[in-house]
Amino acid sequence: MTIQLHNIHFAYPETSDKQVLNIANWSVSSEEQVFVHGPSGCGKSTLLNILSGMLKPAKGEVSILNERLDKMSQRQRDRFRANHIGYVFQQFNLIPYLDAVENIQLAHNFSQYKYEKSKGDGSLEGEFKELLTQLNVSAEDWHKPAAKLSIGQQQRVAIARALINKPKLLIADEPTSSLDQDNRDNFMTMLMRLVSDNNITLVFVSHDMALSQYFKRVDALLDINQPGSQN
Amino acid sequence: MFFKLAVKSLLNRKGSVVLTLMAMTVSIFVLLAVEHIRHQAKASFTNTVSGVDLIVGARTGSLNLLLYSVFRIGSPTNNIAWRSFETIASNKQVKWAIPITLGDSHKGYRVMGTTQNYFKFFSYGNKHKLNFSNGEAFEGLFDVVLGADVAKQLGYTLGDKIVLSHGIAATSFSRHDDKPFTIVGILSPTGTPVDQTLHVSLEGIEAIHINWQQGVKIPGANTNIEESKLSELQPTSITAFMLGLKSRIATFHVQRQINNYPQEPMLAILPGVALSELWQMMGLLEKILLCIAILVFIAALLGLSAMLLSSIRDRKHEIQLLRIVGAPSYFLFFLIELEALLITSLSIVLAVCFLAISLVTAENFFTQLGLHISYNIFSKSTLYFLAIIIVTQTVAAAIPALSAFARARHA
Repeated sequence: MTIQLHNIHFAYPETSDKQVLNIANWSVSSEEQVFVHGPSGCGKSTLLNILSGMLKPAKGEVSILNERLDKMSQRQRDRFRANHIGYVFQQFNLIPYLDAVENIQLAHNFSQYKYEKSKGDGSLEGEFKELLTQLNVSAEDWHKPAAKLSIGQQQRVAIARALINKPKLLIADEPTSSLDQDNRDNFMTMLMRLVSDNNITLVFVSHDMALSQYFKRVDALLDINQPGSQN
Repeated sequence: MFFKLAVKSLLNRKGSVVLTLMAMTVSIFVLLAVEHIRHQAKASFTNTVSGVDLIVGARTGSLNLLLYSVFRIGSPTNNIAWRSFETIASNKQVKWAIPITLGDSHKGYRVMGTTQNYFKFFSYGNKHKLNFSNGEAFEGLFDVVLGADVAKQLGYTLGDKIVLSHGIAATSFSRHDDKPFTIVGILSPTGTPVDQTLHVSLEGIEAIHINWQQGVKIPGANTNIEESKLSELQPTSITAFMLGLKSRIATFHVQRQINNYPQEPMLAILPGVALSELWQMMGLLEKILLCIAILVFIAALLGLSAMLLSSIRDRKHEIQLLRIVGAPSYFLFFLIELEALLITSLSIVLAVCFLAISLVTAENFFTQLGLHISYNIFSKSTLYFLAIIIVTQTVAAAIPALSAFARARHA
């Protein structure tokens, strides 16, 4: 199992009486690709933040790759995230003043692989470039500041950035919502191919039901999350 | 990567960063300049005279006597009789005596009448005697020895003939043009008012004032004198004199004798005591300057802090992104601290360069004040100040850094 949630309760401290998450059970098995949809304000970002270890639930068990995130300290969760979880946002996926290669390097820097690779043959740069080539980012754009790239290119570099540390879990939070039709199809094809080639578990969140065609499993967040109900 | 991120992030915000950098540079420049100059000024100041046990002049304030006799600032209140000088100089406690007469000038530089004893006994700094870089002490009646700056600024060399002016104004209409002086010696630089002075013999001063009254040449009067009479020229009065005693223990005794001298009201001062009294007065000014410099620096630091703080609001997404790729919250704290440190370090480098350039450019100005300011900015005290600058900027940058940290925790 890649993800196992059990009896999750979450409320933000500012509005502690308003429960945001109440998930009895939810799991995703290894190498599964799940499409999660739901209207805005139904706890999507909160759920993703809990999966990535940015937030800690008030109650309940969060198990990612068979490790209990809810039992880890914040520093341990940061390290775990750097090593095992890739994340693609809707936008602002790259540091605007760093170029594509530097952005990927930055993500690589926080992982444990940094030490293992740096001792190697120095092919790290080569690895970045191979990934970028696979994602159709042409060589002349590698050393442009990210802000100068088109949105489509930025999102593709974002996949490279998210995959550089060979995560077992990739979380995508509406990554296509700022893309046009062509770019979106392009992006989805590449994403799905990379994910299945590398045996990565994918949690893909979107409100665009048209994208569900790429997935075998489609979950409605409203079914998973029932705030207010007692269990 | 950490360093690269900080540098690129600063470059990305060139506008506000450059302005902050300038503010920091100016403030550090002011701080270092005040600190450097006040130390150098104090050293240069207290080094102006040494080895002189007593300075004697007409009765006046001790500061006034010190200022006109040593610094050539202000005017003497009164002269003292040559007879009084001779009496005191013959005191058995006195090892040597240097009479001085002031009142004439050359192109704004003061002329001092004295004797050869001056070159033999006067010392400055760490008991340094006066040295000649060229030529030798005056022998003849119309010989003049120049201080180092006078020669340098006016471009004089040995053998040149110069005319002295009556009075101390830079532009004088009553000139002793009938009796030019010949340059026979040029002193090595001392970093003291000696560099700004022209030295002639007491007899020379007497000679050029023959048949002058009330500071003007009497029209038609014969001011020429025969050579034979020159040797008989004897000053009737002098401005002040310096004494070296055989034993320092006798200083207070001799001082009291002079102060109680029945024939003429005179004042004897210990130069060391008077110098420190004078420096105490300057000390207040020096402290105010330092205080202002520190306030300017604090203002610049607050500017730096405000700039970084407002940048954090614009970097919300950047912080979120760093967190999601696994950056711990404290990474953001150190990133902001590093950005502040980079700005401060660059400001220090720029400020030190500007200070060095300014000291070189302002050299003339300082020497005119009789101050000798060294170019070596890196004294112990400036290094100490630099350390304080780094520490305080770290503290000031902690405000935005903590804000970034807090944002990172709740990203």
